[in-house]
Amino acid sequence: MKLAIKRIAFLVVVLGIWQLIYSIGIFENIVFPSPSKVANALYTGFADGDFVKALGASFRHLFMGLFLAILFGTTIGVLLGKSRQADETAGMYLIALQSIPSIVWVPLAIMLFGFSEFAVVFVVVLGGTFVMALNVRIAIHSVPPQLIRAARTMGTNGIPLFFRIEVPSSIPYFMTGIRLAWAFSWRALMAGELLSNGPGLGYSLRYAQDYARMDQVIAIIIIIGVIGAVVDQLVFSKLEKNVMRRWGLLKT
Amino acid sequence: MFLAVDNLGKSFSDQDDESFEVFSEIDLNIEENQFVSLLGPSGCGKSTLLSMVAGLESISKGSIKLEGEEIKKAGPDRGMVFQSPSLFPWLNVKENVLFPLKGHWSKQEASERADRFLKMVHLSRFKNHYTHELSGGMQQRVAIARALAMDPKVLLMDEPFGALDEQTRHILHEELMKIWQETQKTILFVTHSIQEAIKLSDRVVVMGTRPGRIIADFTIDLPRPRKREDEEVIALERKVMDLLEGEINKVLKEELSHEVSY
Repeated sequence: MKLAIKRIAFLVVVLGIWQLIYSIGIFENIVFPSPSKVANALYTGFADGDFVKALGASFRHLFMGLFLAILFGTTIGVLLGKSRQADETAGMYLIALQSIPSIVWVPLAIMLFGFSEFAVVFVVVLGGTFVMALNVRIAIHSVPPQLIRAARTMGTNGIPLFFRIEVPSSIPYFMTGIRLAWAFSWRALMAGELLSNGPGLGYSLRYAQDYARMDQVIAIIIIIGVIGAVVDQLVFSKLEKNVMRRWGLLKT
Repeated sequence: MFLAVDNLGKSFSDQDDESFEVFSEIDLNIEENQFVSLLGPSGCGKSTLLSMVAGLESISKGSIKLEGEEIKKAGPDRGMVFQSPSLFPWLNVKENVLFPLKGHWSKQEASERADRFLKMVHLSRFKNHYTHELSGGMQQRVAIARALAMDPKVLLMDEPFGALDEQTRHILHEELMKIWQETQKTILFVTHSIQEAIKLSDRVVVMGTRPGRIIADFTIDLPRPRKREDEEVIALERKVMDLLEGEINKVLKEELSHEVSY
């Protein structure tokens, strides 16, 4: 409870400073809106249903992209984790690919697929796949050899060994992979939508900028931040922690 | 012979393809229902030898036969208990014991077997717990139950109590003795503790190092339970200690001379 009060107090202070800067008039009103104006933009955006529609489109892109990223990432990760040959050949390129910011893929996506929603999904897939693949590879490599030895003395080998030992043993790292893939995909989604022809939250952001509606721009930035934090905290971090606790990797 | 190790040799090759010999020409015959300890300083290859019997390490030379059948790979006829309990953390205690039974026993039989062996190690109350909720000693008891439940011909134990505290080790010694008498299993037990070997075994095989080899083979027919203070136990301990002292000094000397030459 005390923590909540501290956090609310902090927010109030930040809003106060914002209002102060606005009141002093350092920036022109059109580029630096007041907190109340942004709050109003937030309210009308949701009341009109504009933000709701944009959010719906964004989540559609995100879930399609994330699903494919997890699918491709897991496939690549298992391949690199299980085959030394594949890892030695392609492993270092994966790290190179993972370090490319997803906005870099946008021109390529637009050239390949035009200003379509598919181009946005393509960028999201690229944003999430490589980080997922890296984590699945680590997951497979981190299976304790001792557990594999123990299972072998119980006559478990080959494919049953993979499904009964390696898969369950790597689930905690797999969950970390999904959480990171979500975070990367969310960023990639905004980059992709910002340069797309909509619909989507990123598109709404650029649209607001084109019409010099800074109140809307800041409102959308707030929505993006809140969703990012809430989904991470309420869904993925929680899921990951539960798995870690269940696997005995986290002291309760 | 029940378990026959014949002219066994093991060598590893390092990156430069230079081979390093752990031991060679090991001959060892073990009778059924015997409790045999392999005792020796670190580096003598006792754990490697045990892993070869388990089928986890390849055989460089010679052969190991269990009831006349040559050992080529790991299998459920040889149960193994490691120094770390090696339980599967995503399964609860009972599911861990059920793991090797799946596919070999019917569901109901497997469940009954798991219950029976968990009772034998006094963990019936904890069968629904996750393994990380148990103490180290309890985890090792689950590992013993898991190895025994698949009804192996021989139970291999690789310093199973090495990581436990003195008191827990003492309790588990007594439990192991009871289990051994109840199940009549053949047990091959690796340890570096002279006391532990003498307390538990019918026979203590002492190994030396550089090169690894068998330097002595004691048959112990003192009545059980054996007490540390018993005169015969003390006399035996001293005898083995004298034997091993030379070996340990040899290792020490070699390591120290390495330091100097650098």
